Amino acid sequence: MSSAEPPQSVSAFSASQSTGDRGADIMATDGMTSWFNQGFVWLTRGFALLTVLLLLWMGWVIFKQAQPAIKEFGFGFLTSQEWDIANVKFGALPYIFGTVLTSTIALVLALPIGLAVAVVTSENFLPPWVRSPIAFLVELIAAIPSVIVGLWGIYLLVPFLQPIQLWFYTHFKQIPLFSTQPFGSGMLAAGVILAIMILPTIAAISREVLLAIPSDLRAASMSLGATRWETIFGVILPASVSGILGAAMLGLGRALGETMAVTMVIGNSAQISPSLFNVGYTIPALLANEFGEALDELHIGALMYLALILFVLTLAINVVAILMVRVLGYGK
Amino acid sequence: MENEALELTEPLPVGRRSLSNGMTAIAFLFTAIALLPLLAILLKILWEGVPHLKWEVLTSLPAPVGLEGVPNGFANAIQGTVIMVSIATLISIPIGVLTAIYLSEFGKDRPIAQAVRFMTTILSGVPSIVVGVFAYAVIVLNFKFSALAGSFALAVIMLPIVVLTTEEALKLVPMQQRLASAALGASALQTTRTVLSTALPGITTGILLAVARAAGETAPLIFTALFTQGWSQGLLQPSPSLSVMIYNYANSAYVQQNQLAWTASVILVGMVLLTNLLSRLLTRKRLTNR
Repeated sequence: MSSAEPPQSVSAFSASQSTGDRGADIMATDGMTSWFNQGFVWLTRGFALLTVLLLLWMGWVIFKQAQPAIKEFGFGFLTSQEWDIANVKFGALPYIFGTVLTSTIALVLALPIGLAVAVVTSENFLPPWVRSPIAFLVELIAAIPSVIVGLWGIYLLVPFLQPIQLWFYTHFKQIPLFSTQPFGSGMLAAGVILAIMILPTIAAISREVLLAIPSDLRAASMSLGATRWETIFGVILPASVSGILGAAMLGLGRALGETMAVTMVIGNSAQISPSLFNVGYTIPALLANEFGEALDELHIGALMYLALILFVLTLAINVVAILMVRVLGYGK
Repeated sequence: MENEALELTEPLPVGRRSLSNGMTAIAFLFTAIALLPLLAILLKILWEGVPHLKWEVLTSLPAPVGLEGVPNGFANAIQGTVIMVSIATLISIPIGVLTAIYLSEFGKDRPIAQAVRFMTTILSGVPSIVVGVFAYAVIVLNFKFSALAGSFALAVIMLPIVVLTTEEALKLVPMQQRLASAALGASALQTTRTVLSTALPGITTGILLAVARAAGETAPLIFTALFTQGWSQGLLQPSPSLSVMIYNYANSAYVQQNQLAWTASVILVGMVLLTNLLSRLLTRKRLTNR
């Protein structure tokens, strides 16, 4: 979209601002107006820096509030399983486990489907007037508020998944993944809900990445006699692998921090079990449930510690993901 | 020369052909699966919510649970959402639009502008629950649970959306317009004004998208603004909101409350879909006009 923008040297604007020697005087103004203009530019710059400071402020505030818990529990917090509000003993392991497991389920489900959507909407299987509405409809899922997806999850998805889970439980009990009595709500339901919610991210970004692949590559492969799918698997996907990994990581970042829909279908019980059908708990769900009633300084500190872990984790994942998508030149 | 020797093409071997057809079938199947949840969510919401969508739902307070025959609604939640989103909008628009002006008009590709753009993108990826924790730490811990804390959290969520969409809108304004303005002797401020007025439809849709997103956010409100059964008591008191109401009523044992949750969902989803369609139409019109 930004392709219409001419190279920077053409822009009289930036030249006059940088007071470089070329074209510095293109906007001849008297002293007062010039002062006013400078003021305006500095004003916008100030607000831009404010936006940046906001992110730093956020990290700093959460880090500072987490101090009581960090001092008390240290890194043992990450491996302890206790969460006892009455005796102010806190450990994060079940919540980290739940967050990672549900996000993994989501990624495993959403990645192939998102890639399929990206391929179907970027190749010319369908005429453009069918292709772009499909892409739009898939992206629309991201606009639905998460609490409403959760509401739908309670009343439609969980009842729908229950008989499927029960069938797996009765027939494949020996496999650890299916080894507990399903209640409907649980890790699997949360993972499926998350898959639905991160699908638009993965599909949309992968689509942009695929569309940005130079058509020469495709033409060369096709002219050597490759079929469409041989071209996709042999040329297009390998060429876009960093962008697709970036898309998957952005999806993962979204899944890790998703709160309401997960809280509503995961069962909110801190347990560690290899079974997908078991109930669980995630970091965001715990924050949503306990912050409103937290009074003790150490309790608040432990919740802040968890928020800090989540913040740092999603930050790292998003930074890497954005850089990976940008390697291809897309995502500016 | 015999005619049958002139076979120039031969059909693909079975293996390659079935790989091709099989993969096409799988890709289309997966795409259909991808569209299924949206359809299922929208139909379920319409099915459950629309029958109870009456005027009184929008104008009356929640009835005491279990009471039949009294007007039952969520006017207080609508009021709370409108107040908190309005304040968040008032905070995030000036900051966001000025940041976008800096990025698109003055900063461009300079390192500072690149850094601001990158940090804004990162900010938009911060989970909304973490933003809620931030608002809790800044306002609730120093002051109290209040609508103000909710508004603050929503403003932080809206800010990156406003910045990124406004910058896109400004970048779509042709460079010739800036040059023409500068050639007529306009100052940076005056040129920015003409650019802004050209980009206004795009900026407006960006703001509407941010508003729609904020109106549906639950996680940052649940422990900042909390929830109340009555009318909102001003900015310094806890406030009800549509999204938190849906959350609270979703698991309620009372059927009337479950119904209210569905009805509120119709309103929220309707608003979100309308803004997204509108923005889609406006963006496409702008692109085809160029």
